[in-house]
Formats: sequence, structure tokens, C-alpha cells
Amino acid sequence: MDQLLINPDYPHILSTLIFLPLAGALLLLFIKNEDFARYWALGITALTAILSIPLVMAFDTSTSKYQFVEQASWVKSLNIQYVIGIDGISILLVMLTTLIMPLCVLASWTYIKTRVPAFMICLLVMETAMLGVFMALDFVLFYILWEAMLIPMYLLIGIWGGPRKIYASIKFFLYTLAGSVMLLVAIIWLYIYNGYSFFIPDMMWQNYDSTAQILLFLAFFLAFAIKVPMFPFHTWLPAAHVEAPTAGSVILASVLLKMGTYGFLRFAIPITPEATMTLGPYILWLSIAGIIYGGFTALAQHDMKKLIAYSSVGHMGFVTLGIFVLNTAGVEGAILQMLNHGITTGALFLCIGMIYERTHSRELSSATGVGKYMPIYVTFLTFFALSSFGFPATNSFVGEFLILAGTFEYSIPLALAAIPGAVLAAAYMLRMLQKIVWGGTDNPDQSWLKDLNLREIITLSPFLFFVFWIGLGAQPFIDLIHVSVANLLDNYHAFHGQAVAVTDLILH
Amino acid sequence: MQFLPELTLLGAGLIVFIISLGKTSADTTRNVAIGLGAAIFVATLLSFCQTGKLFYDAYQVDLYSQVFKTLIAGAMLIVLIFGGNLKGIDNSVRPEYYLFLFMSVLGLMMLVSSVELLSIFVALELSSFAVYIMVPMRDDSGNLKFQMEAGIKYLLFGVTATGFMLFGMSYMYGLTGSTQLSVVIEKLSLMYSQPAAVIAMVMVLAGFFYKLAIFPFHFWVPDVYEGASNETTAFIASVPKLAAVALLIRLVSLISGDGQVIVNILMVCAVLSMFYGNLSALVQKDIKRMLGFSGIAHAGFVLVGILTFQVTGYANALYYIIGYVVMNLACFLVICTVSQKGENVMIEDLSGLYKRSPLMAFSLAVGLFALAGIPPFVGFMGKFMILTSALKEGYLLLVILAAINTAIAIFYYLSVVRITFCSDPEDRVDIRSPLLTNATSIFLLLVIVIMGVTPQRFVDFASTAVQTIM
Repeated sequence: MDQLLINPDYPHILSTLIFLPLAGALLLLFIKNEDFARYWALGITALTAILSIPLVMAFDTSTSKYQFVEQASWVKSLNIQYVIGIDGISILLVMLTTLIMPLCVLASWTYIKTRVPAFMICLLVMETAMLGVFMALDFVLFYILWEAMLIPMYLLIGIWGGPRKIYASIKFFLYTLAGSVMLLVAIIWLYIYNGYSFFIPDMMWQNYDSTAQILLFLAFFLAFAIKVPMFPFHTWLPAAHVEAPTAGSVILASVLLKMGTYGFLRFAIPITPEATMTLGPYILWLSIAGIIYGGFTALAQHDMKKLIAYSSVGHMGFVTLGIFVLNTAGVEGAILQMLNHGITTGALFLCIGMIYERTHSRELSSATGVGKYMPIYVTFLTFFALSSFGFPATNSFVGEFLILAGTFEYSIPLALAAIPGAVLAAAYMLRMLQKIVWGGTDNPDQSWLKDLNLREIITLSPFLFFVFWIGLGAQPFIDLIHVSVANLLDNYHAFHGQAVAVTDLILH
Repeated sequence: MQFLPELTLLGAGLIVFIISLGKTSADTTRNVAIGLGAAIFVATLLSFCQTGKLFYDAYQVDLYSQVFKTLIAGAMLIVLIFGGNLKGIDNSVRPEYYLFLFMSVLGLMMLVSSVELLSIFVALELSSFAVYIMVPMRDDSGNLKFQMEAGIKYLLFGVTATGFMLFGMSYMYGLTGSTQLSVVIEKLSLMYSQPAAVIAMVMVLAGFFYKLAIFPFHFWVPDVYEGASNETTAFIASVPKLAAVALLIRLVSLISGDGQVIVNILMVCAVLSMFYGNLSALVQKDIKRMLGFSGIAHAGFVLVGILTFQVTGYANALYYIIGYVVMNLACFLVICTVSQKGENVMIEDLSGLYKRSPLMAFSLAVGLFALAGIPPFVGFMGKFMILTSALKEGYLLLVILAAINTAIAIFYYLSVVRITFCSDPEDRVDIRSPLLTNATSIFLLLVIVIMGVTPQRFVDFASTAVQTIM
């Protein structure tokens, strides 16, 4: 347990962050008043966000150990522990989650008109589960939260969703659950192999035999690739995104998708390094397929939400590409890009939600030419769209640049194959932007549209702030993750070297 | 004192019998029955710590049996509360219905204490025959007589299973010269290399497979669940399963040595039950039929826990079946409440339930998600612990097949939740549920969550109980 670091100044900060939203949700069970529910949810999520700020302040960037650790026995007979902590890989995702939730509540302020308390309960329970997933260091705790998250998300889509909500919510649920059942078997196998312990850091860098590693990796891959979603497993995503209410889309895009890539970094690479070595190249090419496929499909969409959803497939392809090239630039870029995608795509979904609230249509053709009447809106939209295809000085530029730099280091053909993806991103984003801002000669009459109100501006501003902060000065963010990434890669290369040495020994 | 719960049940039966001779209003009958149910529950609590042997060692009172008696009495009380209106039973036969209910429970309570082949047989028959009569007591509102069909099916399959069991018992007696379970099993464990011993054991197990609805003794389930009144189905689906698992553990726990053949047989039965139950449940339209098939699959899961032949495995099976009964009761509570005049509830009748009765919709959703094994509910913990104990014994393939079943099962549970939450009620009436039912449903929900989040205490207690019979 020497991987853990207890921070005496903040003994229970992570538990507070996890359980505060849950407690808020419990109270809402007894409330019928809609306005109270809105303000209450906003208050709770904002408080959680404020309480999470000390995490960054007190985070020790000189160690790769897990920090702010809390530990308690939970189920003794099975040696399941309640142990949580964060390191450089998870801190940005935790911050992203806590900071984005109040904005999700704001975005649902008038969008959700029916059963407001129930909606807010779902949001708060989601926050608890998502934070728990990123903090859990016990595999059962992780799995429980990972699965429990499906229920509120299912209800968010299924009750407050669009016309095809039933199809979308069921597909989302079934895909994710079916993907993770083998993960459960893998967890139990690891538990028995590791002397009856579910403690994740102890499972890393062990010498499991090759067959076991391959099988474990496949179990991980199925669960995480569906969540990311990687290319052949992505079909649930457009359906879920399109039908979900705005806040649901934002949570899906910004946080839920990151759980897949987080899973690769936290579990797949450290627990099964040998299998990563063997199967990594296939995953790289799947990522390329995702980038190209996502780009072309997005180019063909007439539904704005679908367009953003397919662009997510492409962007997440970049993230998995960065992870599996397994060098510092690639992995750091990938983690940064996870954050960037959360910011940019979340903001784009909010923008689409705002226009949908006005026109009640997600069709690109019915939203053309609004630039003249909604100048503030299109200003925001332009910055987010530019950020989405990695325009210099925006956040995604830094992330994609690092990923591509890492890929060039790994293999030039692979990097060349990824370049068209970046071009495609510019093509579909500019196409959307052009239509929304100017349109053509056949624009519908948009003169009745009102520009953004104060609440909406407040909702979007933090996103814009981070777009430029990361775009112009990414160093503090990279500092946060650097040591953990270096440690991960050192361990991996040590393992790699060892494996090569063993093979040499056998061959000669 | 050792025999107090059984005596209370007998007394309760007598009281209801006297009531049945005169004419009493439906309300009085119901209140008396609930009162008696509560008295029986208290009696089991009072005799909780008793130990001893009765009737020339044929009847053993120990912690293990008392735990099960308490659970049985508790489950019966809950069924009595939410099924109190007995919508599907004609008013004139309600006292008799309660009489048979109490007799059946008496049989089940005797069953968990029986440690001798003949007393097992007598107890099992007492519990079964009472239920054979309860099934066709449903009033014939649709004039379809399908409750008669269900009753006959239940009876015929039951008699066949009993036949198997008696045949197996005769083998056991022939091979060992005793009817005492402890002697029988001890002698039998020395001769598992002989086919006769294996056949004897398997045939005796068949009787309990029938009660628990494990493949290939599951054929009665869908039709009986559908044909019996909702309250009767709620009873059949929960209470007897507790007793069946109790006896199954008692029998299997005594197998030692070379029981590998039996393990293989149990494994095949478990896998087939899971697949058969889950695949058939996918296409059901009647929610009781669906829960029936899902019950077959869950019984398979319990069997996975039992066939590990370890104390932890038995304790997990015990934990699982308790959880299953609670989840199942939560679902049946909703079915009984939604059903207006005691008619069967189709899945589509639940449309928009969340607008017609939020609490019922919530209970149903929690119950179904728990049955599907989604954390943080008890169903997940139970499943997780059973899979862990099975993998510990090295049954990797079995665990993978069981995990695949989880994925299949979620589909049909989810489609019910979907109907409940995501569709409009159209012109279906609002559901009004009595206060006592609401309280019971909240209690069940709390148990589902608490057992799921803090399983430690329950599993420890289950292990202690199982230890007493080892």
C-alpha cells in the first residue's frame, strides 16, 4: 500500500465530493417544488465544484502516488475496501466533472419542464457515480459505480429524451452492460490471482502469463471500447446523443466517454502490459479507422446533434491513438485531449441545445442564417467550432499536436494516416458554422429569434475561458499529469525491456 | 418453545377454520389473517435461539432452521399484507384459502427442520398439497377455467417429482439401511463411485429441483404462475423457494469425497436453467410468466453457489435466495396493487405507471434492476459473491456462462422498466395503494438497498447459520 499518500490537510475531501451530490439527491426525493429543485441542484453542484478546487491547489505534482487517499474496510469477508484517491491521470477528469455539473444544471433550467425534481435527482446521482468511477482504487467499488451510473443515465434519456428516446436509451444501456459483464469475470479472476485483493495498484505490473493477459485485455477492451466508443462499437453513441436532453448529451460527451479511455490508461496498460504490446497496433489502426470514419460521417449529417456525435467518434479516435503510441507526448496529449474534448464538445452540445430550445428542431437547414439575429450566440459557437477542429490558440490544438507528435515518433505511416482526420474535422465544422452563421438564399425567417440571455451566457463563458486558457498556456495542466504519465511509461518500458530480454534469452 | 412457530401455525389454521364455518366480512378475515401472520412471525422470533432435537431425532431445531423459519414467516407476512385484499379469490372461500396457506407454510417450516427422509417427505407433501388446492381457488371471472389447468399441471408435475424423490429415498434406504440423513449421507459418501448412490442422490435432489424450479423440473412454472391468482403466485414464487434452498444446502453440504459426478450434474442443470429461463423470458407478454422464467434463471444462479461445496458458497447461496425473495416480493407487490380486480397483468398494462403511481413504478424499477443484478442493489452483490466463490473453485467456464446470462437477462427486465417509465398511460386508471402496502414497499426497497450496500453482516450471519449444520 506504499502507492498511497494521505493528505492530512484534507482528510475527507474526496468522500465529501462523492457523497455531497448523493445527499442532495436524497433530500430532493421529498421535494415537489420545481423552482426549489432547480436552485437546490445548482447549489449542491456549485458547492461540489468549489470544494473540488483545493484538490488542484494541494495536488503534489512531484509524485505519481495516489493522493488524498481515504481507506476503509467495506466487505471484510471478500476483502472489498472503500479506497479512493486521485493521481495525475484522474485529477483533470475529476475537475472536469465537478466543474461541468453546475453548468449542466443551468443548461436544463428552462429546457426541462416536466418532473424537474426527478431530473435533478438523476443529475446528482450521476455526479456521485462519475466522480466515484474516477476516484475508485478498489475494483469492486469501481465496477459498482460504473454500472450504477447506467440507471440515472438511462432515465435521463428515456424520460426526458427526444422522439426516439426509447430506442436510444435501451441501446445505450444494453451496449454498455453487455460490454462490461466480461469485465466482472476479469475482476474476479484478478482478485483470486492476487491473493484475494481487489486493490487496483497491487494488480498492476504483475507477471500474469501471456494467455491470461490477452484474455484480460480483451475483457477490458470490450468494456472500455464500447464506452469510448471505438470504431466498430460506436453505434449506440449517435442514437443516445441525439435523443438525450442537452444536459444528458453534455454529460455523455464530456464525462462518460472519458471513462473508456480512462479505463485503458488505468487498467488495460498497467495490468496487461504484455497484451498491450501485442494488441496495441490493432487498436491504433482501429483508432485511425474511427478518426476517418467519424469525420466522413459527420460531414454527411443534417442533424446538428448527430454531426457533433460523429465528430466525437473521430476525436476519441485521436485520444486512443495517443494512448496506444505509448510515448510521453502521445499519452500526455491524449489526457489533455480528453479534457479538451470534454470542454469543446460539451460546449457545442450546449450551443445546439440553445438553438433547439428556440426552434425546436435539430435540423441544420432550420437553423441557417441565425448570425444576423444572434450575434453573441454565433460568437460563442465560432470559437467552439474552431476549437473543435484544433485551430491554433485553442485547447484542442495543443492536444492534437501532442498526439500527432507522439504518433510521428512512433510510426510515420500511422501519423500520415491520421492527418486526413484533422482536415475532415475542419471541413465538417466549417460547413456547419457557415450554414448556421450565414446560410444561403433560402434561409428560413429567423428574425423572431432572441439572442442569448444572461443565464446562457454564464453557462457558456467558463467553457470559452478554458478553451483559451488551455490553448494559450497548457503548461499548468501538463504539469499536473506529467509525473504520473512518466511513471506509467517508465513502468511500461521497464516491463517491455524485461520481456525483450526474456525473449532474447530464449532465442539465443 | 422449540416447536412454538409450528404450534402457532397450527393454532392459526384452527382459528381460520372456525372462521370459515360461519360468515364473516372480507375485512375481518383479512385483518385476522394479517394478525395471525404477525403472531407467527413473532413466534419464530421468540424461538430464534432454540436448539434441540424432537420426535426421535427426526426433527432438528438449530440456528439454521430457525433462521429459515423466521424468513419464511416474514415473507408470508409480507405476502399477507400486500395480497390482503385477495382480489382474485372469491369472498366465500377466503377463510379456507388462508387455512391452506397456513398449512402450506407449516409444511415448509417443518421441512427446514427435518433431518430424516420420512419427515422430509411428509413435510414436503404437506406444503405441496395445500398449494395444489390454493391454485385452483382463484375465482373464475374470465370463465376460462385456466386456473384449473394450472392446478392440474402443478399437481401432476408435483406428483411426478415426488415419485422420483420417493424412488431415490428407497435407494438410499436400501444402500445405507437408515433413514436418518446424517447416517445416510455418511455411508453414501463412501460409495459415490457406484452409480446407484449417484442415482439415489440425484433423484432425491429432483424433489427440491421441482420446488425451486430448476431445469429439467421447471415445466410447471409458467402456466402455474399465469393460472394462479396474483397473490398465490407471489406466495409460490417466494416462500417455498426459501425452504427448498434450505433443504438443498442441508443435503448437499453433507456430500463429501468423490461427489464429482453430482457436481457435474448440478453444473449442467444450473447452466441450462439460466439459459432456458432467460431466453424464454425474453418473449413473454404476461409479467407473471416473465417473472416465472426469470425465477428459473435465478434458481440456476443459486445452484452455482451451492455446487461449490464450500461454506462460503452455501452462505452466498443463502444470501442470494433471501435477496431474490425480497426483490421478487417487491415486484409482486406492484403486480398485486396494479391488478384492479385480480386479473393478470400484461407488461403493457404497466404503461405510464410512473404517472399513475410513482411509488409503485419506483418499486418495480428497483425490484427489476435488482433482479437484473445492477449495483448497488442486493441482486448484484449476491451474483458477484456467487461468481467469486465459483471462480475460486476454478469453474471459469461456468462463471463466463453465468456472466453472459446477466447480459441476456437485462433486456427483458429493462423492457418492463421502459414501459413503466417511458410510455404514456393513455387512458389507464390511476393506481391507489393502501398505506400499509406503501409502507411495505418502502420497507422492501430499503432492504434491497441495505443488503446490497452493506452485505458484510448478512453474509457473516449466513455463514454462522450454515456452519451449524456442517
